[in-house]
Amino acid sequence: MWCTYSVRARGPFVTRRPEAARGAVACEAVEADVDLLSRLRDGDEAAFVQLVERYQSRLLRLARSMVSTPAVAEEVVQDTWMAVVKGIERFEGRSSLRTWLFRILANRARSTGIREQRHVASGPAVDASCFDAAGAWAQPVAPWAERSDERLDAARWAPVMREALSDLPPRQREVVLLRDVEGLTSDEVCAVLDLSRGNERILLHRGRSRLRAFLGPHMEAVR
Amino acid sequence: MMQLVRRRDLVCQEAVELATLYLEGAMSRRERRRFETHLRKCPNCAAYLEQIRATIQLAGAVDPEDLSPEARADLTELYRRWRSE
Ligand SMILES: [Zn+2]
Repeated sequence: MWCTYSVRARGPFVTRRPEAARGAVACEAVEADVDLLSRLRDGDEAAFVQLVERYQSRLLRLARSMVSTPAVAEEVVQDTWMAVVKGIERFEGRSSLRTWLFRILANRARSTGIREQRHVASGPAVDASCFDAAGAWAQPVAPWAERSDERLDAARWAPVMREALSDLPPRQREVVLLRDVEGLTSDEVCAVLDLSRGNERILLHRGRSRLRAFLGPHMEAVR
Repeated sequence: MMQLVRRRDLVCQEAVELATLYLEGAMSRRERRRFETHLRKCPNCAAYLEQIRATIQLAGAVDPEDLSPEARADLTELYRRWRSE
């Protein structure tokens, strides 16, 4: 339903450690946001357009996982932009602009009231049938075609990863989108989604485990 | 006396459930040592953790699509309206 995202080969991912690369990207983005913010306060239309270019698709991606239909998601994102334009004077800059945007969006999405009550299920992230009676792996873990290093071919796996993300239950998807796709800190994720640290971690853990399980057959097939 | 009581080793089923706590750096030093001891002895859990790392890296590389010119035009129009209200 929301598999409409393209993947661009990002330079830094090819040659550097992913953590370092993401840190650098996030840092540049935050500096650019500070500049945008002051221009936005001055009523600079070009600054607004730039902000929209940077965040529209990302807001939509999160909104689609929080409300029931794509049309409602579009509405929620539009409401978010209106709140930004009307509320920019009151933004105190205590959080990053990015976190502020996601938080407005999440609040709007919640207030549409369409969403069912939120409940975090407990239970294992990896199915009990994978283990024997003593709790050891019943079968060896099959090796993957790729490792998490600078040689990992992210562009190649992007279509499968997008499928895997859309296969996640909504609440796990929200957390994984913000934490792993957007690169927010877990404190920021908790603030945006109004989650306790414990629940954020459970959802992240289950989401990541489920992504891995989805990717597995693809990764094992092409050795 | 208490110091002599060794905690039993983790089993795989427990270890995999600790992967996120470990990767988030949210374990006590003692928990971490126990987890890493298991990883050293268990190629399956080591492979599992490595696959979770690869999964996170792949998720981090999924970019949002570019904005369509129509959406940009619509929002610019709205911006002018909101500013003039
Ligand atoms: Zn193990």
